[in-house]
Formats: sequence, structure tokens, C-alpha cells
Amino acid sequence: MVADGSHAPGGMASRSRGRANAMQRFARRRSTVAFLMTVPLLAIIIGLVAYPAAYAIYLSTLNRRMTAFAGTLNFELLFESDTFWMVAFQSCFFAITAVVLKASIGFWLAHMLHHIPDKGQRKWRGMLLVPWVIPPALSTLGWWWMFDPSYSSINWLLAVISVPEVPWLGHHWWARIAIIMVNVWIGAPFFMIMYLAALKSVPEQLYEAAMIDGASSFQRLRYVTLPMMANIISITVLFSLIVTFANYDIVRVLTNGGPRDLTHVFASYAFQVGILSGNIPRGAAVSLFMFPILALCAFFVLRSVTRRNKEQM
Amino acid sequence: MAFDRMTRRDVLRASALATVAGGTLAAPAVHAQPTTTLRCGFWDHWVPAGNGAMRELCAEWGERNRVNVQVDFITSVGNQNLLTIAAQAQSRSGHDILSFPTWEPAAKYDMLEPLDDVMGRLTAKYGPVNAAAEYLGKIRGKWVAIPAVSGTQMKPACVRFDLMEQHAGIDIRAMWPANDTRGPGADTWNWDTFLTAAEKCHAAGVPFGMPMGSFTDAVDTVGAIMASFGATMMDREGKVTVQGNAKLKTAVEYLVKLSRFLPNDVWAWDDGANNRALISGRSALIFNPPSAWAVAKRDAPQVAEKCWTVPVPAGPEGRFTPYLPYFWGIWSFSRNKGPAKQLLEFLSERTSAEKQTNTSNGYDIPPFVSMNNFEVWAKEGPPVGTVYNYPLRAHHNATASIAMAPAPAEFAVQAYQQALNTKVVARIAQGGETIDQSLDWLHRELTNIVRGG
Repeated sequence: MVADGSHAPGGMASRSRGRANAMQRFARRRSTVAFLMTVPLLAIIIGLVAYPAAYAIYLSTLNRRMTAFAGTLNFELLFESDTFWMVAFQSCFFAITAVVLKASIGFWLAHMLHHIPDKGQRKWRGMLLVPWVIPPALSTLGWWWMFDPSYSSINWLLAVISVPEVPWLGHHWWARIAIIMVNVWIGAPFFMIMYLAALKSVPEQLYEAAMIDGASSFQRLRYVTLPMMANIISITVLFSLIVTFANYDIVRVLTNGGPRDLTHVFASYAFQVGILSGNIPRGAAVSLFMFPILALCAFFVLRSVTRRNKEQM
Repeated sequence: MAFDRMTRRDVLRASALATVAGGTLAAPAVHAQPTTTLRCGFWDHWVPAGNGAMRELCAEWGERNRVNVQVDFITSVGNQNLLTIAAQAQSRSGHDILSFPTWEPAAKYDMLEPLDDVMGRLTAKYGPVNAAAEYLGKIRGKWVAIPAVSGTQMKPACVRFDLMEQHAGIDIRAMWPANDTRGPGADTWNWDTFLTAAEKCHAAGVPFGMPMGSFTDAVDTVGAIMASFGATMMDREGKVTVQGNAKLKTAVEYLVKLSRFLPNDVWAWDDGANNRALISGRSALIFNPPSAWAVAKRDAPQVAEKCWTVPVPAGPEGRFTPYLPYFWGIWSFSRNKGPAKQLLEFLSERTSAEKQTNTSNGYDIPPFVSMNNFEVWAKEGPPVGTVYNYPLRAHHNATASIAMAPAPAEFAVQAYQQALNTKVVARIAQGGETIDQSLDWLHRELTNIVRGG
């Protein structure tokens, strides 16, 4: 027993060593650790993205009272509605026009800023970021006061130089232009700051080499700047397209979809149909139309980014 | 020692007495503690003092019945109240009592506690409620919510009597004085007279401020005009009645004609635009509750003292006044249905209703026709009596109207929220379509709504 007793602690030690080894082995399994570290992110994505999306799909298959399965009825009814197709056109028109304008203005502003000396650049950068920093609902309210059908301050200024009144929110094309203008005003600084960061990362030597080769400023832009910024442009455009497509607050505050539904976008129309009209399944069906369109955009943009990356490697 | 002489019987007697005495003395303290908490979500009133009346009434009832009444005020700005209703309906949890705007009782009727017993007692006491309130609150033969006082409004005409007399030659105060009589010319206060006056005021640069967009003021007013022409888009059974509907065509033609004499931007007006038009002195008439006049009293007293509220003009089928009620309902998942019903009954009593109306400067309209004689409407001013004709009175010979009625509420709400009645006019007057094209579009939209069930 005494001899056995001398072995006993050693046996326990070996058992505890065994446990430690198992823990160490577990910790060394990179895939497990990686999984554990991504659990919070996965929980957020599942809870705040996947579940609501799946629930929206489920809702869209119910009848208006949400008491029975209705299959694809809500989608069929939307396809038959003139208003829905008008909303689809307007959403695409709004998103594409606004993103193109934001990207162009952002690109131009980034170039302008890039050529200002560092000391003064900070001031301009701060000022130009203001529209992006103000909560959109608040700044849109400011714009609404300027566009107000009866008391537009912009019209008052136009009248000073004898320009006739513009029905900013009363005529559908002007109302569409007004919505796009506000969206561009809010969103262009985001492009500007992203492009400015990208511009700063382009090596100066490339420009110097191009200049030695006799490249004009346009050629430097076309063959040096743009290829070097291609990925950031693609990602920014994709991100902005998603956000602009799903925009709600600008339309809600400025026009409420009017006149005659001619400024509704998917989000504002979905709210009108789903919450205001008490038809949540149809509202869910409207909002789901954004998903395939954006998924297609994301697929093509991300594929081109991947291809470019492979070419560069 | 006395203690030594105490028998077992004495000890028992003394302890029994002590128990009774202790219980009696402690009872009020125990019973004064409310054991029930009633959670109420009422509409956040436009008139700042409006919430105070509700809070006081709830506190008074809670104290009397030893119920802890928690009151939240939920704004309708940004449709926060609709979002709250949708969220509570989905999660089946939240307040016991909630304020439901116009169409929500019909939308949530299967989740609301029937209130026939409460309404039975109230109607036995105060008589019937107006027909529009019954159409919206009594679903499939059951009262699912009680027509509320707080937040309920009418939208009669608020007229600048000086401009109306100057440009259209109509003495509106003489026509509709602040008493229960019809003055000279009251019988000619119809939509034809209105059109002529609209043309004259438009020519004079003070056009009538009637919105034609997609907000409630526009939908309600156009709905009342259509009703006075006997024009309906859908019948009680949910059958679309647009095609071959001569009355609807006449009403639409009238509205297209009228729109020519309105400001050219009315298609984009929201619910505040008509108020601003009146207060700024740019308009001779709007359809609105007295809130526009109340704001003018504060911001432009020279305008307010020339305002006079009168009934809506009559049409071939009668006089219909736009009505936009709120309801008080109890969720079926509430655990305090009994106290909730008692509180709602208390809030609907005449004294409580009068307090709400008085505090809101006459804005809140009680649903019971017998309560349309509160003194506040006769006393408010300047000018004194300006809102006398705000509630429906017998000599008006008017009916409360809700746009899209008598269609089943589940279809009507969709047509209402999508403002189909103003859009059918806008497509002609602004979009350049023919009346037949526009009515065809309306028929397709309504059919689409009905097919969705």
C-alpha cells in the first residue's frame, strides 16, 4: 500500500496532465477557436439579418390577416399592380442616378482635396463631411423647408433673379430631382472620404514614371489612378447602392411618395402598404423585391473585385 | 404579579383581541396599496394641455378604485403609434389599453376584447354614437373599441369671413350664426355655391386651401365631397362599384373643376400646409379642426379674429362632415380587462368627456351625439362663437363621414391610406389622363386590394 501510495500522486498528476493536454489540443485547433471567436458576430447576423429576412419571407406567404398560408398570392398581386411597377422603376432610377452622381461628385471632391496642402486640407475635409454627419431625417427636414410647396426659400431666392417658381414637390419630375439632390448632398461626402483615402495610397512613383513617359493628366487618371482605385470604387458603389436602394427617410419626409405615388421607392411603398394600410404580408413582399436586385448587383461587383485581385497577385 | 394570576383562557382571549385589533388597525394601510397596475398608451395630444386632462382623469379613477394607472403618451408623429400597435400585436404584449387611430380597430379586431357591455351601458345613458364611429368601431356586430374623445376631430370649413364677404359676397357668419338656427342663405350653402366662391377667391389671390395629396386632410375632405354626391367606390359587401358609376363620375368631374381654383401646388400639400395657408392670410377657407384657428390665435391674432367655423357645404345626397376618430381598445392578451373596461367607461362619461374637450380648447369631439352641446364651443373666441358650429348640430342636418365608407373596413383602410380618391382626381387634373382612364386605373387598384383578401 505504501508503495502504491507513492504512485498515487503520480497517477493524479498524469491525469491532470492528460486534461491539460486535451485543453491544449482543443486550444490548438485553430478552426474551433476561430469558430468560437466568430460566434458573437454569427449571433448578430443570425439575430438581426437572417432571422428578420426569413421572417419577412414567411410573412410574405401569408394572407392579409396573417391567419392562413397564401403561397405566392402577394407577389402575383404586386405584379398586377400598376403602382408597384411604377415604384420598381422609381427605385431603380433613384438609386442608379443618385449613386452615379454621388460617386462622380465624391471623386471630383477627393481630387480637389488631394491637391490641397495638408494643413488646409483638414479644414475642408471637416466642412465637406458635415452633410454626412447630420442625421438624414433632420437634414431632410431642412431641405423640406427649402422646397416647401408654398414658402420655398429656394424659390424666393430664384424670384430675386427673376426665375419663375419651381414646383419642387408638386410636379413629379421636380420631386424626383429634389429627392435625388438631397440624397446626393447627404451621401457624396462618404464617397469623397473613401476616394481620398484611396488616392493617398497610390504610390507617387507611378505618377512620376507616367510623367516621364509623357502621359497627360487625363492619361494619368485613366491608366494610373482609376486602376489603382478600381476596387475601392466598386466596393463603395456597391455599399452605396444597397443603402440608397433601401432609403426611406428622404422620401417619407420630402414627398410621402407623392404626387400620385410618382416618388415612392420600395421602402416607402412597403411601409405604406404594410404598416399604414395594415397589410403586413404585402408590405413584406414589396420589401423583398429589393433583395434579388441587390444580390445580383453584389454578385457582379464582388466577382469583378475578386478577378482584379487575382490578376494583381 | 398579575402575570402570575393569568389563566390559559385569559391568554387566548387577549391574543385573539390583539389579532382582531391589529388586523383592523392595519387594514386601511394594507388595502390602500393598489394591487393592480393598468398600463395605458394614449395618443400624445397636439394641444399640450390635452395630455394633462387624461393624466388627471386616470389618476382620479385610479385613486378611487385603488388601481395603479400608468399612462404613456404615444405620438402619431412619424406614425409612432401605428408602429407601437403593430409591435404589440406581433409580440402579444404591451399596454392593457391603447389608443387606436381610425382604422386600427378594424385591422386588429380579432386581437381586441369585445366591449359590447361597456358600449351598451354608455349608449343607454347617452344615446347613440354617430354612424361613422359605429362603422369603424363595431366590427362584425361587436364593439371592439370605444370611440374616444381625446384626439377625435371633425374637419368642417374654417372660413375667413372678411375675405369671403369681400370676394365672394357671402356673409358666412349670418348664414351660420353661433346658435342653433340657420341664417339667411344657409340652404344655398352647397357645392355649387362653394365652386363659385372658390373661383372668385382664387381670382382675388386668396384661393381656398384644400389639399389634394395623400395626407389625411386631403383624403377626408375629398371623401366627404364624394359622399355628398352619393359616390362610392366599393359597396358594403366589398364589390368594386367604379365602372358605370354615374355618381362617382359626377363627383370626380366636380373635383377636377374645383381643383382649377385651388393653389397649383395642392397636390404636394401635407396636413400642415392648409393650416399655414390660413394662418399666413393667403387663403379664405380651409377644412380643418379648430387647431388651425388656435395656432392663428397665438401666432397671427389678426387672422384668428376673422375666422369662423361653419358646416361643410351640402351635395345632392346630403351634407357630410369629414370625421377622424380615435378609439380606446383593450388587447385580448391584457390581464386586467375588468379594470380596463371600468376605466374606459369612466373616461367616456359626460363629465370626463367635457373635461377632455375643455382642456383641448374644444378640439376633441365626443362620439355621443348628445354631448355635442358642451359650453366650450359657444364660449371660445375671439371672435366668440367662432367654433360653435365645429361639432355636428341638429340644424346642420349633417352626417359624420369617413372616406371610403361603406366598403368593408379591411379594404377601405388600404384605399384610404393609398389615397385612391385624391389620386383619381390628380391623374386627370395633374396627370392629363381622361376621366375614363383614371376610373379604369381606380377599378384595377381596388380590384387588386379586394383580391388580396
